[in-house]
Amino acid sequence: MTVSKREVIIIGGGPAGLAAAVKLKQLGIHDLLIIEREKELGGILRQCIHDGFGLTRFKEALSGPEYAQRFKEEVLKLGIDYITDTTVIEISADKQIIAASKEGLKTYQSKAIILTMGCRERTHGAISIPGARPAGVYTAGVAQAYMNLKNIAIGKKVVILGSGDIGLIMARRMTLEGAKVEAVFELQPYPSGLPRNIEQCLNDYSIPLFLSHTVTNIKGTSRLEGITVSQVDERFKPIPGTEKDYECDTLILSVGLIPENELSLLAGVELDERTKGPKVDENFQTSVKGIFAAGNVLHVHDLVDYVSLEAENLAQNVAIYLNNGELDHCSINIETDLNFGYTVPQHISAKKDFKVSMRVKKPYRNCRIDILQSGHIIKSIKMRKAIPAEMIQIPVKWHELKNFETLKVVVVND
Amino acid sequence: MIKEFTCIICPNGCDIEADIENGRVLFTEGEKCKRGITYIEQELINPQRNIATSIEVMGGHLPLASVRLTAPIPKDRIFDVMEEIKKIKIEAPVSIGQIIICDVLSLNSDVIATKEVNKAENFTVQ
Repeated sequence: MTVSKREVIIIGGGPAGLAAAVKLKQLGIHDLLIIEREKELGGILRQCIHDGFGLTRFKEALSGPEYAQRFKEEVLKLGIDYITDTTVIEISADKQIIAASKEGLKTYQSKAIILTMGCRERTHGAISIPGARPAGVYTAGVAQAYMNLKNIAIGKKVVILGSGDIGLIMARRMTLEGAKVEAVFELQPYPSGLPRNIEQCLNDYSIPLFLSHTVTNIKGTSRLEGITVSQVDERFKPIPGTEKDYECDTLILSVGLIPENELSLLAGVELDERTKGPKVDENFQTSVKGIFAAGNVLHVHDLVDYVSLEAENLAQNVAIYLNNGELDHCSINIETDLNFGYTVPQHISAKKDFKVSMRVKKPYRNCRIDILQSGHIIKSIKMRKAIPAEMIQIPVKWHELKNFETLKVVVVND
Repeated sequence: MIKEFTCIICPNGCDIEADIENGRVLFTEGEKCKRGITYIEQELINPQRNIATSIEVMGGHLPLASVRLTAPIPKDRIFDVMEEIKKIKIEAPVSIGQIIICDVLSLNSDVIATKEVNKAENFTVQ
């Protein structure tokens, strides 16, 4: 079998992969290849036809396809190599890649691998709803692909479980197309999508949102006929006597995204149980030398603009890695209190500036986020509100660090 | 009267508390920028929204081209504009930014394509 050699191979041609490729090329790394499993570059942005992308990066409200196009045009202009319709099926710690396409298997040897595979949706099975299994139950992203890419109608009377952003966007999308969206039910006592999406996707169309509710029964034989919802207590247990029936032909699930790391595991990349993405250092290097990760494969972002930025930051470090053969050793851990879901990166070197990304587990008003080292506050920011729907990023300068001890990120009620 | 708003202009999604008397904003709190106040003032007079949908494409490598408006339209005209867009079928190729409906319903907003759709026969996978 012939082995093609490359300096860098990028797995996944979505927003993270495209931004990383463009930046690397601009930094003088020319021997690049993007491998994309779909027929076209752009990733999930291809089906996100609503506007609001690029507000921080381009200062205008673009649709997903337009945002992707800006990067695709750069890829074409810079002559960056890419192949589509090709699925990477195996990667190894010594950075060998096997990809499958209609022409058969191809093997590559790369000096660095960039993981930008994005995430997938939590499914029906993953949240174990009782009841029948008729047609008409979709995850929000699948419903979005059917409607916006394939021109397939979803249903006429819709209930949505989960208040994730894609579910909210689909509530509006289906309403515009003439469907009746009865309600959105969220298990948690707070919404998981962004406030502006609740405003412009639900409130604008008088779609009610019920917090602390879940679906407790699914009815129907071949097609979905109805569901039962119940209120839940603080331990998420359905409260007897609160059941309410809804007639519907469609149930949309928007119950969370999980970084897609089947390939990462094959290469022995260590995952963080909290993010379900790789553990990375300030350079976005995983536990395997020369394998890097950014975007939703690393941790689920709220905005694509931040995905692009993160991937560009990664690219700068990959360029240094390729030029110097290695990066600073990162042995200082970043830990959190129990109020945070996670931080990225998980390790730093204390030799350069870095940015900590995190999400709170529940909403806070007028709080403070402190970064501590050996019990001393080295950085503190005040926040009017901190909500689980929004990623928080705090830049830290290396000279702000006191020593080489573990960093701890905590949230304090002001 | 104190009213609460969630600004939809940018991803900050500021929660803004506004003191409103006879349709005029007297005092606001919570906005990170001035656009929040402009948003509230607009909400009080005539809420404006942008919409996105798709149109059918004939002879293209994709069955649909996504579209959006170049400027927001009054919220209560959204479904009227949807009706207008639904009437359209277009022949491939379609390019990004191509005007699909000029000045839709005289609302000072164009419907533009946001996705490139090539002619089916010209389409090659690179």
